[in-house]
Amino acid sequence: MPRHVLTATVLVSALALSACASKPKELPPQPTATTTTTTAPTGPQMTGPAPGSQADFLASVLSDTVHFDTDRYNIDTEDQGVLKSQAQWLARYPGKMVTIEGHCDERGTRDYNIALGERRANAAKNYLVSLGIDAARITTVSYGKERPIALGSDEASYAKNRRAVTITVQ
Amino acid sequence: MMIRKLVLLLGVALLPSAALAQMQALPASKTPQAVPTAQADEGGLTGSVTDESEWQDLGIAIPAFPTDQPVPTAAEGGNTEALGRNVARVVYNDLKNNGLFKPVGPDALPGIAYAEVVAPAFQGWRARSAEMLVQGFVKGAPDGRLTVGCYLYDVQLGSELVRQGYVVKPEEWRRAAHKCADMVYSRLSGESPFFDSKIAYIAETGPKDHRRKQLAIMDSDGANHRFITNGQATALTPRYSPDYSKIVYLSYLDGRPRIYVYDIGTGRQNLVTEGKGPTFAPRWSPDGRYILYSMAIAGNTDIYRVPATGGESMRLTNTPGINVGGSYSPDGSKIVFESDRSGSQQVYVMNADGSNQKRISFFGGRAATPEWSPRGDQIAFTHLGGNFRIAVMDPSGGNMRFLTDSWQDEAPTWSPNGRIVQFFRTERNSGKTGIWQVDLTGRNERKLNTPVDGSDPAWGPVLP
Repeated sequence: MPRHVLTATVLVSALALSACASKPKELPPQPTATTTTTTAPTGPQMTGPAPGSQADFLASVLSDTVHFDTDRYNIDTEDQGVLKSQAQWLARYPGKMVTIEGHCDERGTRDYNIALGERRANAAKNYLVSLGIDAARITTVSYGKERPIALGSDEASYAKNRRAVTITVQ
Repeated sequence: MMIRKLVLLLGVALLPSAALAQMQALPASKTPQAVPTAQADEGGLTGSVTDESEWQDLGIAIPAFPTDQPVPTAAEGGNTEALGRNVARVVYNDLKNNGLFKPVGPDALPGIAYAEVVAPAFQGWRARSAEMLVQGFVKGAPDGRLTVGCYLYDVQLGSELVRQGYVVKPEEWRRAAHKCADMVYSRLSGESPFFDSKIAYIAETGPKDHRRKQLAIMDSDGANHRFITNGQATALTPRYSPDYSKIVYLSYLDGRPRIYVYDIGTGRQNLVTEGKGPTFAPRWSPDGRYILYSMAIAGNTDIYRVPATGGESMRLTNTPGINVGGSYSPDGSKIVFESDRSGSQQVYVMNADGSNQKRISFFGGRAATPEWSPRGDQIAFTHLGGNFRIAVMDPSGGNMRFLTDSWQDEAPTWSPNGRIVQFFRTERNSGKTGIWQVDLTGRNERKLNTPVDGSDPAWGPVLP
């Protein structure tokens, strides 16, 4: 009831007024993307990626990604093999940090999927820790359903998108 | 119902002296004044949704609002005469899009003389089969302010039902039109007003795997659209503060998902709480003093409450699993939220201090994103069972009804009067999104016009 009284009393607060007053008629321009160009380092040519680099990580491990069933976050046997190979690389480069990204398929509600992605990233992290990797070297971030890699709306795409991806922090 | 009507009617006489934009006392029309009777009150819509069909055929004529003297104005149209037509168009579109009425607008009707505003030519309107007539005027003052008058007449009775006047700055002319539409809607439906309100949402562009997501706001009819963030950091799940001064939302700024409060007046934002883990799914308490949020620690998500100005957080849920979201009852005493503690997403209700947590959803499928209606009688949610559909139930979990039937409808938000639910719909494969709304009958469904794709709508209260 108080709201109705207010409605009838005052049309606008000064605050809303100032907000309206500055409202542009046209949509603001979109920002331009920042691009960083890196010149390829010149120097002694090496065969293969630099030791400890992200490229080295990718070349050394079975995969940077583990997959999950619908609405699940358990690490199955196949995932264990992948994470063991990641743990071996991390043991070789004890100064390296990693971030594990948790992702979901699009068939979940947004907030829940952020929570579920966090759960998945943590499950992968916990497994690496169980293999002796220091928990302080691993951060997690959930993207929920915001960053799919397979773009279809079908089970095959969903299976690819339910994942936790390990990325080395350079 | 009775009290509100009295306020609306008396308001014209009693409330002439607020600062800035204000209600303006209007001269009575030269027609008999209809006295609201108990019978008229009962003619309004009640909690039931079965009796809305009778309103579908209520013909409402809305001719252009004439001006006493055309003067230049900064409002749309350039002068008060053209503006009067634009005002009538906004009133017409509000009433038409609501789905309950069949209005005829200024572009399909003859103009009226200024003197006719208070002395309608009822005979002519009867000949056009109009049952209701909305007439009004626009006047420009030397200081640029505009006075918009709005009268509702019953054509058959030949009498005035209600009138209101508004003084607004030129850039706020649409608010006067929305107020007029609200007056008509309220008087004819018996429901609370809702047109004079705003929506915060997420504007989406770009391909499915590189979606740019910007915080944006607009009026309830899509006008006055404005992007708030530039999209470099993904923005999600905004909520307007009850007084419209702030928006709380999730941002991936610096790569870390955290909730921020954006101040619309200053354009600044601040981190609400430096949690130990990611914070998301923020919601305001009805009085704007608290913010609910969800935080994941070691993979477990719980719901917390923090003062909106910052400070110590209070943990409200404490069970293994994902406890997320949350929406206060209008009186602030209870919170409806989502939890998978039973093994799948279901809807629970708890006291505002976290005590007495009880599951309320016991139908088939999963139930997510519950939102308590501002009038307290319903909870809207996303039903997951094959497809995602918007549904409502009463606060004890009974009388579940689907409002939509599409591939993926998600995240309901209520109109200020609890009669309409907005949500977003995702297209299969393309991932394109759009904001839609549906009334409680489930029949009047439509897509809102947004400049780009849209998701995560959050409808604010009627403007103060």
